[in-house]
Amino acid sequence: MNLLKFFTAGSVDDGKSTLIGRLLYDTDSILADQLEALQQSNRKNDDGSIDLAILTDGLRAEREQGITIDVAYKYFQTEKRKFIIADTPGHIQYTRNMITGASTAKLAIILVDARNGVIEQTIRHSYLVSLLGIEHVVVCLNKMDMVDYSEEVFNTITDRYKTLATDLSLKDVTFIPISALKGDNVVNESEHMPWYKGQSLLHFLENVDVETGPDYNLARMPVQWVVRPQTDELHDYRGYAGRVLSGSFNVNDKVTVLPSGTSSVIERIEIFDQTPSEVHAGQSVTLHLKDNIDISRGDVLVNSDHLPQSSQLIEADVCWMDTRPLDEHITYLLQHNSKVTKCKVREITHKVDINTLEKQEAYDFKLNDIGRIVIKTADALAFDFYTDNKANGAAILIDSRTNLTVAALMFRAVAD
Amino acid sequence: MSKYNLDYLDELEAEAIHILREVAGQFEKPALLFSGGKDSITLVRLAEKAFRPGKFPFPLVHIDTGHNFEETITYRDKMIERIGEKLIVGSVQDSIDQGKVVEQKGKNASRNSLQTVTLLDTIAANGFDACIGGARRDEEKARAKERIFSVRDEFGQWDPKRQRPELWNIYNGKIHKGENVRVFPISNWTELDVWNYIRRENIELPSIYFAHERDVITRNGQLMAASPFLNMDEDDIVEHKKVRFRTVGDMSCTAAVESDADQLDDIIAEISESKISERGARMDDKVSEAAMEDRKKGGYF
Ligand SMILES: Nc1nc2c(ncn2[C@@H]2O[C@H](COP(=O)(O)OP(=O)(O)O)[C@@H](O)[C@H]2O)c(=O)[nH]1
Ligand SMILES: [Mg+2]
Repeated sequence: MNLLKFFTAGSVDDGKSTLIGRLLYDTDSILADQLEALQQSNRKNDDGSIDLAILTDGLRAEREQGITIDVAYKYFQTEKRKFIIADTPGHIQYTRNMITGASTAKLAIILVDARNGVIEQTIRHSYLVSLLGIEHVVVCLNKMDMVDYSEEVFNTITDRYKTLATDLSLKDVTFIPISALKGDNVVNESEHMPWYKGQSLLHFLENVDVETGPDYNLARMPVQWVVRPQTDELHDYRGYAGRVLSGSFNVNDKVTVLPSGTSSVIERIEIFDQTPSEVHAGQSVTLHLKDNIDISRGDVLVNSDHLPQSSQLIEADVCWMDTRPLDEHITYLLQHNSKVTKCKVREITHKVDINTLEKQEAYDFKLNDIGRIVIKTADALAFDFYTDNKANGAAILIDSRTNLTVAALMFRAVAD
Repeated sequence: MSKYNLDYLDELEAEAIHILREVAGQFEKPALLFSGGKDSITLVRLAEKAFRPGKFPFPLVHIDTGHNFEETITYRDKMIERIGEKLIVGSVQDSIDQGKVVEQKGKNASRNSLQTVTLLDTIAANGFDACIGGARRDEEKARAKERIFSVRDEFGQWDPKRQRPELWNIYNGKIHKGENVRVFPISNWTELDVWNYIRRENIELPSIYFAHERDVITRNGQLMAASPFLNMDEDDIVEHKKVRFRTVGDMSCTAAVESDADQLDDIIAEISESKISERGARMDDKVSEAAMEDRKKGGYF
C-alpha cells in the first residue's frame, strides 16, 4: 500500500474544512471520542447538524474566528491507499502557510464555490499550484446543492477553468461536482447528478497514478551525516548517510561528489542490516565508495554521466514569507537540502500580480509577494531546475538576524 | 521501465531517518526524549537505523515522574544495556524536593504537569539545543498543526502564530542562544502505523501494553491502575480486571482499557476496530478543547 499526500485550496468559506471532515466522516475515520467532542461543541450548522469543519480547525484562534490559519494535517486510509491531507488556509494573508502545506503534496484539490465560479482566489491558488509544480489537480465544484445540482453551471465553470489551466500549463486536471455538506460525490456517488459520469473524489484519489519509474539520470543524494564508528573491528568503516533525493543508484555506479568534482564507484549500499543492490528516490540509505575521498555533510553524490547544474548565480522564482521585506543589502543564508551557504539577492527581475498573473516591475518584495529574482551564493550550488527535478531544484532563505525562514526559492535558470 | 513503489511504512521510516540525521547534522547538543512508551521506543529503533554501526549522536533523556509503571523502568534499563547508549534521567522528585514545583493535592492529583519544569531544567542544565520527541500529528488537534522542527523560546514555549514555514523536506534548525527545537520525526505516523511498524520490526515492548490482570478503580469513567500514587478514598472500589494500556505515562493519569489482547496481532486488530483515540485514554487532555495547545504553549513536550 502506498501513501498519497494532497492538499486543499480554496477561498475562505468555499468548504475546505467541511470537505475534509466529510472525507474523514464518510470513510469512518473519526473516532468515537472525537465525534463526541464534535457533537458537544457549540459550533453547529444552521440546520443543527454537526459542523465537520471543526475537525481540522485545531487552534483556539481558529475555532473562535471560524477560519483556518495554519496548515492542519489529517490522516486516513482506505483499503487501497493511505492519505495525508494538508488543510491549508485560503486567505491571501496566509499564503505562506498554504505553500508549506503544498510543497510536499503530489496532488491539489482546488475548491470552487459553484455559485461564484472561478474568482480571483481560484486564479491565485491555481497559479501557486503551477508554480510549485504539483503533478495532479482536482477541481471540486462545491455547494452543488445550492445551484440545483445543475449540469449547466458545472459546464460553464469547467470551460472557464480549462482556459485558465491552459494559461498556467497545468497538466493533469480533473473536474468533480460535489456537495461537501451533503456528501454528494465526495465518498459516495451522488444520486442528484446522474449527468456526471466520473468517479467520486475518494475513488479518484484512490486510483490516481502517482508512481514514477526509476531514473538513473537524476540520481542525487545529499550527504547528511558520515557514519564512522572508529571502533577496532570497524576501523575503516566510512558510510555516507542520506536520503536519495531523486533518481536511483546501483552498486558499481560511477558517482561524482559535488562541489569538489571527485569521482568514485559505489561499492556497497546499506539500509541498516540490508545490503540492496539498488536504491531509489525517497529511501534513506548509507553508501560506501571504493575510494577514500574527503566527503562531508552538505556535499551531494550524483550520477557521473548526468551532472546537475553548478553555479553561484541563479535565477529563481521566489515566494516571500516574512513580515520583514526583502533587503538587497544584507546577506541571507540559503539552505538547499543539507547544504547551507551565504547568499545575496543580486536583482529583482519582476513581481507577479497573482490575481491577474501579470508581471510587474518591482523594487521591493513583501510578505506573500511572488516573483523572480537573481541570487548570488558564496559556494556554487549543485542543483537542477525545478521543472526538471523538484527535489533538487528548491531551497529556502533564512534571515540570520531572526533565523526565520523568509523565502521559498524555485530554481529556474543559470544567470550570467 | 517498471515502476517502483515505496510501501507506506518504508516511506514513513525513510522520512523519520532523514529527520534524525538532519538533527545530528544541524545541532551541537541534541537529545532524544525517551518516555518508555511505544512512540519513543520506535524512535530508538529509527535511531539505530539512522546511525548504526556508529553511536547515536545524542543521549537518551528520561523525565522520571517517580510515578512510573515499574515495567517501564525495567524495560528502559534493559534497553539501555542492549543499545549501549547514554541515559540521562531528570527527576520530578528532585524538582519537588528543591521546591521548584509543588505536588498537586486532591483526588485527581498527578505529576504529569510538573514534568514540564523538570524537562526545562534538564534541557537548560545540559545545554540541549534540540530535543527529539515521539509526538504524532494524529494524536491531537493542536499537534496536527505543529511543524516537524518546532522552535521553542527560552521558556520552552510554543507560539503557534509564529511557526516557521516548513518547505519541501528542508528543515531550518537555526536558533538563537537559549532557544531550542523540538523535533518530531514521526509526526506523520498514525497510532496504527506505529503498531504495524513494531510488528514488522519485531520490536519488544514493556509488558503493560499487553493484556494482564491488575487491580483497577474507575475514575471519571476511566480505568486507573490502583497504586500508591493515586489518591484513593473509601468511595473508590478496587476491582481486578484484565486490562492493557494504550499509552504509557504517569501512573496517576494513564487509563487502561479492558482487553484480552495479549499478542501484537490482537492489539492491532483491536485498534483497527476501536473507536476511541489513544489520547482519549489520557485524563490530562479531557480538561478543555484547547488543553494540549495551552500545555504546549507552556513548554510541554
Ligand atoms: N450548502 C452547502 N454549504 C456548504 C458546503 N460545503 C461547505 N458549506 C458551508 O460553507 C461554510 C464554510 O465552510 P468551511 O468548510 O468552514 O470553509 P473553509 O473556509 O473553506 O474551510 C460552512 O458554513 C459550511 O457549512 C456545501 O457543499 N453546501
Ligand atoms: Mg477551513
